[in-house]
Amino acid sequence: MLNKYRAVSEQSCVGCQLTFIYVFICNLGVRWARQLRRGAAKALGPAAASRRHGNPGRPRAWLAAEVPPAPFSRRWQEGVGRRGPRVGGDARQSAPRCGPQRWGGSRGGRRVRVRAARERASASPRPPQGRWVARGSQGPGPRGGGGGARAAAAGGGLGAPAMSQAERKGGAALEVKFVPDEAVLRHIADDAGIKVRKDKTPLTVNVKRFVKKLDTLSDDEAQEFLEEKDYVAALGICAQDLMENGSSVGGSEVYSFQTPKRSNKMAELASELAQTPGQSVASDHSECPEKITKTPQSSKHSSSNKVQQKSKKNDFMSTTPYRLRKRLAAPDAYLESESEYSASCSEEEDDEETQKEVITVLSSLKTPAKAKVASTPPSRKKVTKKKDKMSNLVEEYFEAHSTSKVLTSDRTLQKLRKRRLNQQTLHDLLEKSPLAYAAEIEELNQQYESLFSKWMLQLHLGFNIVLYGLGSKHDLLEKFRISMLQDTVHLVVNGYFPSITVRSILNSITEEVLDHIGTFRSPLDQLEFIIKRFKEDSSLELYVLIHNLDSQMLRGERSQQILAQLSSLPSVYLIASIDHINAPLMWDQAKQSLYNWLWYETTTFSPYVEETSYENSLLVQQSGSLALSSLTHVLRSLTLNARGIFRLLAQYQLENKDNPSYPGLSFQDFYQQCREAFLVNSDLTLRAQLTEFRDHKLIRTKRECPLILEEALNATYKLSLLVAIRGWENAEVLQLFFIVFLSAYFYRDNETT
Amino acid sequence: MICSNNICVSLSFLADYFREGNSDAEDSELRFATCQSLWKHVKLEAEVSLEDLNKQLFDNLVSFLRRSHSEFQEKTTEWNCQMKSREIPTAALVLGVNVTDHDLTFRSLSEVLQNRVTPYVALLQAKDCPGIKNLMQKLLGQLMNCYVDVDSEEDDYVQTSQNRIRCSMTSLITWYESVTKKTDFETPSKKRTSSRHWQSPPVVVIFKDMESFTTKVLQDFIVISSQHIHELPLVLVFGIATSPMIIHGLLPHSVSSLLCIELFQSLSCKEHLSTIIDKVLLTTQFPLKLSEKVLQVLINIFLYHDFSVQNFIKGFQLCIVEHFYTQPLSVLCCHQEEVKKRINSLSHNQCENIRRLPSFRRYVENQPSEKQIALLTTDGFLKETVQQLLDDLNVYHENYFPVLRCLHVFTSSLPKYPLGKQIRELHCACLENRVWETEEYESFLQLFYAPLFFFFLKTLLELKESRRSKKLTKFEMLRFEVVDYIDSVVRNYLVPADHKTLHEIVYFNTASVLREHLNAAPRVALHTALNNPYCYLKSQALRSDGGSISNKAPDICIVYKLHLECGRLINLVDWLEVRKDASSASSCSHARFIRAVSELELLGFIKPSKQKTDHVARLTWGGC
Repeated sequence: MLNKYRAVSEQSCVGCQLTFIYVFICNLGVRWARQLRRGAAKALGPAAASRRHGNPGRPRAWLAAEVPPAPFSRRWQEGVGRRGPRVGGDARQSAPRCGPQRWGGSRGGRRVRVRAARERASASPRPPQGRWVARGSQGPGPRGGGGGARAAAAGGGLGAPAMSQAERKGGAALEVKFVPDEAVLRHIADDAGIKVRKDKTPLTVNVKRFVKKLDTLSDDEAQEFLEEKDYVAALGICAQDLMENGSSVGGSEVYSFQTPKRSNKMAELASELAQTPGQSVASDHSECPEKITKTPQSSKHSSSNKVQQKSKKNDFMSTTPYRLRKRLAAPDAYLESESEYSASCSEEEDDEETQKEVITVLSSLKTPAKAKVASTPPSRKKVTKKKDKMSNLVEEYFEAHSTSKVLTSDRTLQKLRKRRLNQQTLHDLLEKSPLAYAAEIEELNQQYESLFSKWMLQLHLGFNIVLYGLGSKHDLLEKFRISMLQDTVHLVVNGYFPSITVRSILNSITEEVLDHIGTFRSPLDQLEFIIKRFKEDSSLELYVLIHNLDSQMLRGERSQQILAQLSSLPSVYLIASIDHINAPLMWDQAKQSLYNWLWYETTTFSPYVEETSYENSLLVQQSGSLALSSLTHVLRSLTLNARGIFRLLAQYQLENKDNPSYPGLSFQDFYQQCREAFLVNSDLTLRAQLTEFRDHKLIRTKRECPLILEEALNATYKLSLLVAIRGWENAEVLQLFFIVFLSAYFYRDNETT
Repeated sequence: MICSNNICVSLSFLADYFREGNSDAEDSELRFATCQSLWKHVKLEAEVSLEDLNKQLFDNLVSFLRRSHSEFQEKTTEWNCQMKSREIPTAALVLGVNVTDHDLTFRSLSEVLQNRVTPYVALLQAKDCPGIKNLMQKLLGQLMNCYVDVDSEEDDYVQTSQNRIRCSMTSLITWYESVTKKTDFETPSKKRTSSRHWQSPPVVVIFKDMESFTTKVLQDFIVISSQHIHELPLVLVFGIATSPMIIHGLLPHSVSSLLCIELFQSLSCKEHLSTIIDKVLLTTQFPLKLSEKVLQVLINIFLYHDFSVQNFIKGFQLCIVEHFYTQPLSVLCCHQEEVKKRINSLSHNQCENIRRLPSFRRYVENQPSEKQIALLTTDGFLKETVQQLLDDLNVYHENYFPVLRCLHVFTSSLPKYPLGKQIRELHCACLENRVWETEEYESFLQLFYAPLFFFFLKTLLELKESRRSKKLTKFEMLRFEVVDYIDSVVRNYLVPADHKTLHEIVYFNTASVLREHLNAAPRVALHTALNNPYCYLKSQALRSDGGSISNKAPDICIVYKLHLECGRLINLVDWLEVRKDASSASSCSHARFIRAVSELELLGFIKPSKQKTDHVARLTWGGC
């Protein structure tokens, strides 16, 4: 069987949300979305106008506040901001209005806030700092008066963070930076914190009160938050729900963002461990095995205090060993300039704990705002945690994805002593290694097996069943089949099989279940036929078991639609498993109600043996040997003319490689070209030839257009490298192959076999 | 109840499944039968009440359709000039965002139309009509099929025509002419058809999801058919989920001016839900009741996820099945007449089950000691008591719902709706705890006290004669009296159900089950399993304190944990090295690492990246 190259879809976290929204819009019609957009643009109108009437004599701090960090984020900010109502009196009241949107609420809010302040600044003759601060200090003190005075002092330092950053960057040009309110707040607290460090307590209390007040002020937001909490509580993705599992995981906990730029951390950790065999892991091992794999999260919390307690000289000092920094993919000048500091710190190398701290400091150098968070007293952190978390999560995401450069080490597998394993060796090795926690897994499985008859009952009552959870559910479903479906008509679909299609599923239903001989024009016709047959004959019953309903081949919209319609038949009982984290996004409301799922969590912890055996794993040697051998074999036995035909087809297809909707060379055109090249003399000959190719799984035919399969095309390239066939020494073809395949995504392995 | 033999067989083996998976197999067959009949009745009731809700809408629509081509009917020359304007009568049917329910609505609509207006109804869906050609094909296919349904003797004619006919408007018109001519001809012999439909009934084309149609297809179809409107009495029905403005958004003026649009608005899905709750839950008609939490879950799924009444009903179905499946005493959850018989035939085991019920234990504890002993030892006495208690429960329900409705009438007229605007909110509040102890109830009483002034204005005027101070006190006394009375009624009859003995028998209250199966969180489950395998694998070696993970954890957990510490790209070599250090560096650890990585890829956490050699890209954001 040919291996299928796995084109992994781009599905990042936010991507999913977008997909989801997109699906929603599709349902309601794209037009509607367009109207919405138009409406939004209108709403933006007045706000944009107000921006134009800015005060020309604004102080620099406000200038700084106006310029967003990146053009993208500005666009995005406005996108969020316009959702909120227009700015009226106090901006803070309106700010939380745009809060409920999970992403970017705070950012939009801030934008609005800044704008309002500006309007006020232009209206009043007083300097805006005072105004702003007076607004900020509304909580603790009376408005204006003393509070204003106290805050004015702090407000004086408003420009400081941006300035000092610019200085530290060492650039000659003054860097203009967007300073978010939170950062300013943090800065005020920090600044004061350093000053009053000797007598800490009063200020911390002050800050606490201050922040608390801020929270209580934004009633709307609190309300919104409460409602959300209610909802979560009611739907119960919260604690009590997972009682039987013994732990609770909220949504934010699952993918909360806490440690942004530690891309290089692993390399450091690895090399550190590798470099210091003396205090190696083995020794730690016996004492406390947990310590080694301990995530830095826990250590970070403890270390953040330590960092603060340390004397100032430790701050901003890069203590990474030189060899590590050398490995940075894109060492920036800023880091290089610090190198003189690093040479000395040898005493820290033997202390892993310190090393981690240092890394924290190092990473904090890159993100100054972050450093502030890390070094602030934990008490305040708790109060602002909720707010920070949300805004950070969003900000960090766009920050991390805005730059293309990533700092990771340059080590490659080729430099490792170990060669890549091939599929067979891997399989053998894994066979040998014992399954961990077999007894516990068995226990889990037994728990699930007791549900079998309940599943049968529910299937018959019109529900369909979907299994989710970590671990292969293949064996479980197989057991279900053996114990429950012995005397019934059932169909097992291995969704993870790389060449499975909906068509093949429908074919096996029509041919093997309904005994129908004949073809259908389209899967929809076929489906219609099946539905008709099942409705006519009420004695027909069919159980369909699908392993991995979310597999690459079945996750398409059309496939899911067809399967959903099939499963909605009262006498078709579907039980399926899903594994991919984004699998539920395949289904919109319509499909979900067709499927009528009952969800069952079946976490088995069993290895995905079958499921992963087909995909080309990252570390497994990708020889493409199967396709290659079949190709060479076929080509060797071909006549010269037949080789020419194949080459013509390959050439044509490679030219159109970039066009994803390339329909293929139509048979007539192909025939013409072959004739012109004196390769065939009748279309019968060509047809026969194509049939032969198809039989050897080199091409497929799509609407009368022959298309070379990707694997074969890939192997063709290898062949051309090897110059295995004399007829292929054509320099032009070789060059063409070369260009296409150097840019091709599936070729990463330079070792030719 | 069961008509066909075939179904009988299937039901009996379903009962087997019902029994097999149960630890408490008591009375399982009876339970299953009760469950099935209850579900059947609930379903019927729901369908009927939903139909009633749509009745008004459908009536309006039918009269519109009748009106639309009356000129065509009369066959006068007048219509010719009328139709010169080429306007196609169009009904814009605004159905709301609950698209999953629309299917059912359209099905009953087309039934109604076929029964009352015209046999020629075609239902079109956007996904079947990517182009005008497909649309015509579908249209012709459906129309001609429905023709077959009306006069089945013409089978052969249609069979041939459907295959041969080119899908064009002309062929549609020829078909229509031939069909109407035939019915004209046959009218004397076939009175039935002529009485139901007119001589030339309109052709109704329903666009189920108008918003999803391609603009071009719609435009083409409208323009083409407007050319032929004088030959073919066509009526369009647009199913709209958003707002009627969408028609003008989708169609340019030149096209929309060819339509003569009339707007029809269906009731909102919330009203549908209220009706269903009213008819199915707030009634003594069905013995099974839902507890507050369960109802809340169902309502939340409705309000926050899909607005689908159908799904709500399906959720209720699951409740029924779960209740009868898990609660062995649910055998007593039946109609009053049957209860007695069933109580008498309870086995000893079932009696023990009753004694184990928490609410019954509470009840027993409050009894005098000799009665306690009798209850715990004598089955006969227990059965008598249970009979009595169930009667009590029934009486409670019979009072509860009318009082609830009364209270709702009062509260819903007050400003700010202190106890909720909808009766379901009030119901939930009453079920949750003693409603008279809540703050909202206090504010209700206060508010209620105020408007009473207007209620008794009439009385006030009657008392005009008497002295001022006297009449005021009298009036005030009256007000206090009314408020006190309402308060006492509430305290008497709106006791939360879980304070009632034996409420477990008729109340389904495991909300977690419902949530788990209807509103699962697969991603959370995956994260829990990867992050804290001890949740599933109860092995002491895996026990760990918060945040960290034991290095004896399954490979995939460790690899996952490590990957969480990385940024956007992960270097495979580093990953491998750290992993090796984390576990013992044996020969097969490399292989196990490979497997764990490819499993993560399968789960969608990473994917191969071409940005850098030997790197994978993370697909999730953040992590702990």
